[in-house]
Amino acid sequence: MADTRPIRVLVAKPGLDGHDRGAKIIARALRDAGMEVIYTGIRQTPEMIVEAAIQEDVDAILMSILSGAHMAIFPKVMNLLQQNHVDDVLVAAGGILPDEDIPAIKSMGIKGCFGPGAPLDEIIQFVRDNVQTDRLSVGV
Amino acid sequence: MRLSSLCATMCRPTACLSECRCALQNIVERLLSGDRRALARMVTLIESEAAPSHRYLAELHQHAGHAHIVGVTGSPGAGKSTLVTRLVREYRKQDTKVGVIAIDPTSPYSGGAILGDRIRMMELAGDPNVFIRSMASRGSLGGLSSSTRDVVRAMDAAGYDPIIIETVGTGQAEVEVMRTAQTVLVVVAPGMGDDIQAIKAGILEIADIFVVSKADKAGSDQTVAELAMLLSLDSNRRKAAWRIPIVKTSSYKEQGIEQLVESIQQHRQYLLESGVIVSRAQRQVRSELNALIMHAVANALKAEMSEEEWDAVVDDVTRRDRDPYTVASEIQARIGLK
Repeated sequence: MADTRPIRVLVAKPGLDGHDRGAKIIARALRDAGMEVIYTGIRQTPEMIVEAAIQEDVDAILMSILSGAHMAIFPKVMNLLQQNHVDDVLVAAGGILPDEDIPAIKSMGIKGCFGPGAPLDEIIQFVRDNVQTDRLSVGV
Repeated sequence: MRLSSLCATMCRPTACLSECRCALQNIVERLLSGDRRALARMVTLIESEAAPSHRYLAELHQHAGHAHIVGVTGSPGAGKSTLVTRLVREYRKQDTKVGVIAIDPTSPYSGGAILGDRIRMMELAGDPNVFIRSMASRGSLGGLSSSTRDVVRAMDAAGYDPIIIETVGTGQAEVEVMRTAQTVLVVVAPGMGDDIQAIKAGILEIADIFVVSKADKAGSDQTVAELAMLLSLDSNRRKAAWRIPIVKTSSYKEQGIEQLVESIQQHRQYLLESGVIVSRAQRQVRSELNALIMHAVANALKAEMSEEEWDAVVDDVTRRDRDPYTVASEIQARIGLK
């Protein structure tokens, strides 16, 4: 019996923009890296994202947003996670995130920010390195 | 209800989620009291065959057995996820907690999977009384994953009723859902012509209800007629007390869903009144016990035989120094099999 299980990742598109090519490419790359990727589809509210993360018991949440609403939406997601005591899930963001916003995004507890052109391997490695390993251990 | 207030009512103050994450002995209790995070974590433990999961499931077994378990199967693109969404919405009008298990295939190459059923179920997202869990098939070939049955047990114990299982898109032989569900819906989209011929052998036989989906499209009446004809040719079915209904649904025009829920209810009534529910349960328990024992044997074999030993005996048999029957019986004896 394997002593670890596949990493489970929620790929979510919050906000109102409908451009999910990037999210789908990430989802596909993570799948090819052996992860189980739950893709929510576009136009997700923070409540929908957090509820899905709880029910699916994911190890990581990757949010992709291109509309510029990240400074409004990300804090809501992080607050809802906190309110629900979800404190062991890696959160990362991608999309159009201006450089000047990145320190603020990271201070919310969002560990990684990946803009256009971020190499897929880097994102995969980031997820592998940063998910909490005690979540993945399934005992003997 | 907002998530925050829901959590406040679900978590007992003395054992809130973050604190008892390590105290897994509480997980059964928390699951039974309706804590969604406990159920979610239990499903993870079950799926990954974590060491304590059988102990937890043994406890949950006595609390399960109340839910009606509905399987939804059919070929890829037949409209299963959309239909499940509509069904759940209909059930939610009766204010019941509904469980959904949606299975998608695992890549045979990477071991990864894209679980996309939530895309179709978006309108259910955010409703804490609908628990949706996406599962990867993880190498299982019957249209379910090997732990689906145990996940049903956990949801059942947590008070979800009905529980709807959506299989991977199936071809002809993925009939595993009949070993877990009580009512099996086979979804057929119109315009697939000869595909109905193709499902004759495997899937036709496991349907308790046929659903002709996308009934707003041309050709649905013809599909209904073809299915009716196929059913009329099945002599066993003709004699059976349950007449398999063929229900036309259109998720787009929101038609036929109430009728489908009604048919599912009638089927449950039939199962209860005829006693078939007991014989089905017995058949399912038999298959479950078999699977558990086979699994234990496979694990015992894995633990007993090192790779080097395998290589050695494989070489012996390949060179014809020894025969496979003697070698197998020696290994069987080592793991305690006669």
